[in-house]
Amino acid sequence: MLRLPKFRYLQPDSIGAAIRMMADNGPDAMFVAGGTDLYPNMKRRQQTPKVVIGLAQINDLRTTKGQLKDGVVLGANLTLSEVTDDSRIRHAYPAVARAAELISTPLLRNMGSIGGNLLLDTRCNYYDQNYEWRKAIHFCMKKDGDICWVAPSSPRCWAVQSSDCAPVMVAIGAKVKLVSSSGERMIPAAELYNDDGIRHLNKRPDELLTEIHLPAVNGWRATYWKLRRRGSFDFPVLGVAVSLKLSKDKTVEDSKIILGGVGSYPIEAATAEKIIAGKKLTEEIIREAAQAAYQPAKPLDNTDFAMTWRKEMARYYVAGTLRELAKL
Amino acid sequence: MKKVGKNGKRKLEKAHLRLRVNGEEVEVAFAPHKTLLEVLREDLRLTGTKHGCELGECGCCAVLVDGRPVLSCLALGVAMEGHEVTTVEGMAVGTELHPLQQTFAELGAAQCGYCTPGILLTAKALLEHIPRPSRDEIKEALAGNLCRCTGYIKILEAVELAAARMAGEKAEPAKETIYGWE
Repeated sequence: MLRLPKFRYLQPDSIGAAIRMMADNGPDAMFVAGGTDLYPNMKRRQQTPKVVIGLAQINDLRTTKGQLKDGVVLGANLTLSEVTDDSRIRHAYPAVARAAELISTPLLRNMGSIGGNLLLDTRCNYYDQNYEWRKAIHFCMKKDGDICWVAPSSPRCWAVQSSDCAPVMVAIGAKVKLVSSSGERMIPAAELYNDDGIRHLNKRPDELLTEIHLPAVNGWRATYWKLRRRGSFDFPVLGVAVSLKLSKDKTVEDSKIILGGVGSYPIEAATAEKIIAGKKLTEEIIREAAQAAYQPAKPLDNTDFAMTWRKEMARYYVAGTLRELAKL
Repeated sequence: MKKVGKNGKRKLEKAHLRLRVNGEEVEVAFAPHKTLLEVLREDLRLTGTKHGCELGECGCCAVLVDGRPVLSCLALGVAMEGHEVTTVEGMAVGTELHPLQQTFAELGAAQCGYCTPGILLTAKALLEHIPRPSRDEIKEALAGNLCRCTGYIKILEAVELAAARMAGEKAEPAKETIYGWE
């Protein structure tokens, strides 16, 4: 049996109690929502908290608030199934519903939370292995070792951002609320992520992600495409989230093109955004933007599929998402 | 929570809980870091729930918590207080098999049978939610339950047949699905 290491489990019933427990236990403690990311990592000894603070009993983390005209606030511990099944979300934020629906399987979506998906640990073939496997290669720098096996001369870790919701939240300009005993702050989703496989979150371990603020739709339209080996189940090896604001004559007023799964953070394809700004999305412009969007994708040989093919697919996926939104 | 045992080592105290499993209240004591899967199999001796990958990748250990299929290998036993847990042992009523169990047996929708309990429970939850699902809806619902003997076609047929019977139809298995039919 692959068992969890020993830990103390606490079950606060309010956000206040949860952050007090975190303050009391310090760096030995971690929060857990659905557990679908943390518990496998604990079983493989990648993460080894001594105290686990379960959030299941905090009702405030499981509510949806707000009116569509002002934007919707998702409690961070809503399950992915609850987000996917919410008809308002499906209607107003189809890219969010789509990304949530494409995450792994129904069983895992019944457990995993939207907040947990945004905070998903970065992934790598040399890291997502059991303890004995990692020990046999003398570990890697993300946990217990000092080398990056995918790029041995690299001073940094290249583990991959593998959340489906993260690129979408960045693309639509969502904000997240982080609460700790020293106060609370609201930051854009884009600022939640770092280009580093180890320190991939701009969130202190004692901060609790409580809310995800989806902005008012206000004429924006967004979509998300995911590339993976199996039609269900797998983490993305490429995810493309695009959000566009088109004028009445279909000119692009503003856009966000975000690539997931091809770096340690959701990568903004800024050059491609500049190419389509102020233009109508013709086949030619789309091809030009797709070519530009493919350049910042930096897949390495540490997830599924050949990395050159994954990079190549970024071009097709960006073109596909733009065509879908332009209804070509 | 920590106490010093006889040998002088600090040991974790057991959690004493009342859980509701298959409609019955059970009192059980177990180490608080045990998963629901371990509690069911080792402390409640309900070994119908299988352990496969234990990392959430195979669906073998699926059980229903408040009617929803979840993976017992990634849920903690201590987090189950106040929830209704249903395992494969809770599907039959007395000696009467659940229609899904009946059709899985009739159609031979199992080879080694290891994935079967998880699939039965996931399918049960599906039929309670969508009584007459399409083939695609069944596939989607069972997407997280892997069968390594690759017996999916019969599994899908068995779910369809059970759905028909539960809707009151006099459904029989298609002749060509019965072994030896010519």
